Order: sequence, then structure tokens, then C-alpha cells
Amino acid sequence: MKVSLFVTCLNEIFYQDVAKDVVEVLERLGCEIDLPRGQTCCGQPAYNSGYRKDAITAAKQMITSFEDSEYIIAPSGSCTAMFKEYPGLFNEHKGWQERAQAVAEKTYEFTQFIVDVLGVEDVGAVYPAQATYHTSCHMLRLLKETEAPFKLLENVKGLELLPLENSYDCCGFGGTFAVKMVPISEQMVDEKVRNIEQSSADVLIAADSGCLMNIKGRMDRKGIPIDVKHIAQILNTLA
Amino acid sequence: MPMKIGEKPFFGRVDDALQDHFMRNAMASAQDRFRNKKLDATERDEQVGDWEEWRSAGEEIRRHTLENLDFYLDQLSENFSKRGGHVFFAKTVEEANRYIQKVAKEKDAKYVTKSKSMVTEEIGLNEALEEVGCHVYETDLAEYILQIDNKDRPSHIVVPSLHKNKEQIRDTFQAKAGYTGTEEPHELTAFARSQLREVFLKADIGITGCNFAIAESGTISLATNEGNANMVTTYPDTQITVMGMERLVPTWEELDVLINLLSRSAVGQKITTYVTNLTPGVEEDCVDAPKEFHLVILDAGRSNALGTEFQSALHCIRCAACVNVCPVYRHIGGHAYGSIYQGPIGAVLSPILGGYEEYGELPFASSLCAACTEACPVKIPIHELLIKHREKYVNHQENVKTSEKLAMKAFGVGTSTPFLFQIAVKGAPMFMKPLIKDGSISNGPGPMKPWTAIREFPAPGKDNFRSWFKEHQKGRQ
Repeated sequence: MKVSLFVTCLNEIFYQDVAKDVVEVLERLGCEIDLPRGQTCCGQPAYNSGYRKDAITAAKQMITSFEDSEYIIAPSGSCTAMFKEYPGLFNEHKGWQERAQAVAEKTYEFTQFIVDVLGVEDVGAVYPAQATYHTSCHMLRLLKETEAPFKLLENVKGLELLPLENSYDCCGFGGTFAVKMVPISEQMVDEKVRNIEQSSADVLIAADSGCLMNIKGRMDRKGIPIDVKHIAQILNTLA
Repeated sequence: MPMKIGEKPFFGRVDDALQDHFMRNAMASAQDRFRNKKLDATERDEQVGDWEEWRSAGEEIRRHTLENLDFYLDQLSENFSKRGGHVFFAKTVEEANRYIQKVAKEKDAKYVTKSKSMVTEEIGLNEALEEVGCHVYETDLAEYILQIDNKDRPSHIVVPSLHKNKEQIRDTFQAKAGYTGTEEPHELTAFARSQLREVFLKADIGITGCNFAIAESGTISLATNEGNANMVTTYPDTQITVMGMERLVPTWEELDVLINLLSRSAVGQKITTYVTNLTPGVEEDCVDAPKEFHLVILDAGRSNALGTEFQSALHCIRCAACVNVCPVYRHIGGHAYGSIYQGPIGAVLSPILGGYEEYGELPFASSLCAACTEACPVKIPIHELLIKHREKYVNHQENVKTSEKLAMKAFGVGTSTPFLFQIAVKGAPMFMKPLIKDGSISNGPGPMKPWTAIREFPAPGKDNFRSWFKEHQKGRQ
């Protein structure tokens, strides 16, 4: 199966290991991957901050880069959700709207693609640890994906998933919210970190690098030694 | 504007709220309680069936009503008047208050009782009535507590005194009302009840808000739990109901759906203890109904949203389901919003009613986690409306820092020019290198500063992913 990978800007700049793991997991599952050269960022930072025009500029770039793809995979619920927003950006440009719609329809979040399209729930990973999972908001509420990551993690040998109190609450990232509303974001991430600590997990797993960057950034600042992993990193650990 | 709470700027109010540990614990535990109660009365209630279908029906009813608002307002007004009621359309807060003052003066009213109503908080009605010499009594327990506590303001649209605990209430009752009992809730309630009983009996005018008005019959519907609204509307000879102009339904059939959505979403009840429906024009020998019934229909900025991308904000039925799940409200509480309409829907409504100058920060006080949108029983896309507010706000040049505008411009150029984007990606490790200590950045400059104020900023990875991918692919061939 031919799939195009949208690495996402955070993974491209900060977390190349996550991107590599995504490639290796998908290849192991029989996918042939290409990396459209024109890809940059999904435009969400501008869109969520009210800079619609700049978001449209980014969206056009991404649509042009990905419209020939069969499947588009992003290892982020949030960036995937932004692709799904694209048609709404072009209410006054029918031509672009149709192209946006076509791109949106074939875009999948990484775990969603594995479970729903490839029909795989056990990728053969082995990861002996006690972990807890952070359900990122956009994956949960915009993509309404509540199952795929759990199905995959349940089949990881040695991995014990511990419940996370108030798992549905946002971690306080919210893109530019994290830098515009620092005192509020701080309280939100602190509550998330307290709940993660109370879960007594050694590893925190999530499918969105934005949330992980926020939670890890706060845990590192407070000297809390809990490991933080993107789900692709877990799924690409074989023994 | 009377809907405004507090004098400090937004971040000052947030700081005050974050210091108030009691309030924050109260908010968090209230949210956790509300969440379970709501789930029990909605998704988990077998009688309900498919809750999503209920939500869709609610959305449809609200959309239809707002799209035909002029028709239904006309119908309501005609039916209410036909039965002898008096309808007054108030364009502004001042017009509403002047009309009610006029009625109070005509009736030579000394004592006014009120049931819980956010719209009368919005117009500052108590103060307006006091100006013309009336004694105004809030009879909803929570509003009564706030009123005697130096006119404290509501922090939640359904549970106005959510920020107070029983010990604080005991102290207030002792200091202000001669209470001598303990902090036991039933004792406190019994005291308030006995105080209010006398007031009910002597009231000249009773004032209520309006959950829904039913256009086909000219009826006002109130969903309450304490029974005080029935006292307010039966004893005095004159009744005044104030309603936001969007708060109506076409027929009793739609009322049925919306009362269900409201009770279940707001407080996790299948139905509130009382659903009181009042229509003017009673038979002559009826002794427990007001002789004169005034309906004040308030615009006060609502029509700013009509026909715009914000129209769905007027679908709101004031259940506070969005407030009850909002992680921002959880930490800052209601007063920090600076408006009697707080939480996510407050952050949408307040700028519509009160403008960006006063409430421009509110749409940004959200992580856009969409818990509000998910909770809304009439499916208002609340987080999307927050983004639309942000768009309007940043479009006013004077509202935004030049540095932010430049950054976003650079973002637009960088993301639309892959070549420049790659320069940024490749340059990041080198550019950030001097800042990195022990694998991360603790004290970043410029735009990184607010991030590193509380968190570590990650060091860019050393490899270039695209180069790796190229090599990797070669190896597979």
C-alpha cells in the first residue's frame, strides 16, 4: 500500500526519532512510504491564533503537496484534525475547497490508519513497562478517535496500561495558548502531571508530540523522572 | 456595563483566582461531580436512548427558531398581549431598566422579590430598582447568599455561589443577617427560608427571568428547584419577566425537548423539581396569579450576532454544561472571566454583548480542547466560535503586538515556501545551540521566553529527517 507521510513540523524539527519510528512501523506493515517534498506545517498555529489568511497560505501548500497521494498519514491527532479543517477555510473558493475536501478525506492519524485501514491491532511490539496514556484532545474530540491507540497498546507485549485520572482534561498545551496564557496553562499541566505521577506509571505515552512537548517540558523542569514516549516509539520497539 | 465583574485587567483577575485555593478546589470537585451526574442523566440513562439524537433535535430546534426569530417573537408578543399581558421590547440595558423602573413607580412598589435570573444580572436590575426606592430581595438560595454578602457576583450561570463553601456562608449569615446556627446546610437553608417567607408575603412586584417563552401560547416557562419562583410569581399583584430575545420556542413540543436537554445537561436531573408555566390573563376568581404581567424582551447586543458567523451563540440555553467541563474554568473559576457569563460560552457571548475592548482576551483563554463543543446539548461549535472571535480580534491592528503579526507573517511565508522551511529546520540546531544546556533550553529569549518561564524547551534533534529518509530508502532498494 502506498502512503504519504506528513511528518509534522514538531517531529521534523525536534523529534526525528518519532518520525523514523513511524516510517519503520508502517514499512513493517507492508506500506510503501513517500515523503512529499513540499510539506511544511499544517498551519494550525496561525489558524488557532486567528490568522486565517496565513493559515490558508499554509493549507494551500499542503494541499498541493499531498493531493496526488493515495493515503496521507500524520503521527499527530491534532495535525490530522487540521487537515480535516481545510475545506472550511475555502468557503469562497470552490475550486480549492474541492481539492481540500479530497485531501481531508484521505488523511489519517497514524494509529487510526493502522487499525482502521490496515486492519492491524498487533504490530508485534514488545515493551515491558508500566505506562499510562494521555488522550490528546483533538484526537479525542475532533477526530473522535477513542479506540485505535488503546487497541494497539493493549497488544504490546509486556506493557501494562494504568488508568489516568481525569484523562479527558486538556494538558494545557493548546498551541499558542501555552505561551499566551502561561499562568493558566501552568495550572493545567501541573494537574496533568500530578495525575500522571499518581498513576504510578514509569512511562507516559501519547500520539501527539505537542502535548508531549508540553508535559515533558514541565516534568523536566520539576525534575520528575517519568519517561515520555510517542506511541510510534513504543510500537517500533521489538524486543 | 452591569455584566462586568471586577475592575482589574484580565491577568490580574486570573492571578487573584489562582491564589484562591479554596475556590479552585471547589471548582475541581464540582466539575467532577457534575460530570458524573450529567453522564448518569444522559448517555448512561436508558430512558434517554440515543443522547446524540436528542442533541441533534435540540440543535435543529434552536437553529430553526433563530432563523425565524422575528416571526416567533411577533407571535409570542401577540399571544402574550392578547391575553392581557404587556410586552416591551428593550433595545438596550437602559431601556429595559427604565421600563421596569416606570412600572415600579406606577405601582408605588416598596418590595420586590426575584427568582434566579442571569439576564437581570446582565442589566443590573437590582441597582436600577434601588434607585427608585425599591427593596429588592433575591429569593434563590444561592443568589440570596450572594446578595447579602455585599452583593457578591455569580461565578457560575447555574450555581451562582459555587465559589463559596458552607463555612463562608455561615459567617456571612451571622455577620449580615443575625444568624446564630452552624454551617449545617439544612440549618442554613431553613434560616434563609424563614427570612424569605416574610418577604414573599409583602412583595409588591415579583420578577423572574425566563428559561423559555412559548410563542404559540404566549407562555413563560421556568425550570427551578427551590420553589421560590412559584412564590415570586403567585403572591405579588404585578409580575415582570425579563427574557433575552433569543430564549423562545415555537410550541410546547419543542419545550419538551429543550427542558429535557436543559435539566439533564445542567444539573444531571431528569427534570427539575418545578417547571412553572405562566400565561397572562387568568379567570377573575383566581387568587394566586398576578393581575398585571409584563414581559421585557431584551436585545442588548444580541442582534449583533444575528445573521453573522456568531448566530449559533444565541442557541445557548444557559445550562453551563460547557462551563462544567472546561479545564480553564476549572482553574480560574468564574469571576476571572470578568463577566456574569463565564466559561467557554461566556468567552463567546461576552464579547458579542460587551465588545472586544472589555472582553477581547476571553476568546484566547481557551486551549481549544473542544470539551465545550462536545458537552453542548444544542451542539454549538463553541471552540470554533472562539477561533472566529480571535480572527476578528487580530484583524483590528491596534489589538495585537507587531511582533506577533510579524511572526505570523513569517510563519505564512515559511510554510508556503518549502525551501525556506527547510532552511529553518536545518538551521534550528545551530541557531539554538548556544541556548542548550543538558539537552534542553531553560531560559529562552524572545518568543521562547513565556514557554521556558515554566517548562523546558526541547533541543532540536541533531539529525535531518529528510536526509535520513533518503538514505533509508536507498538501503531498501
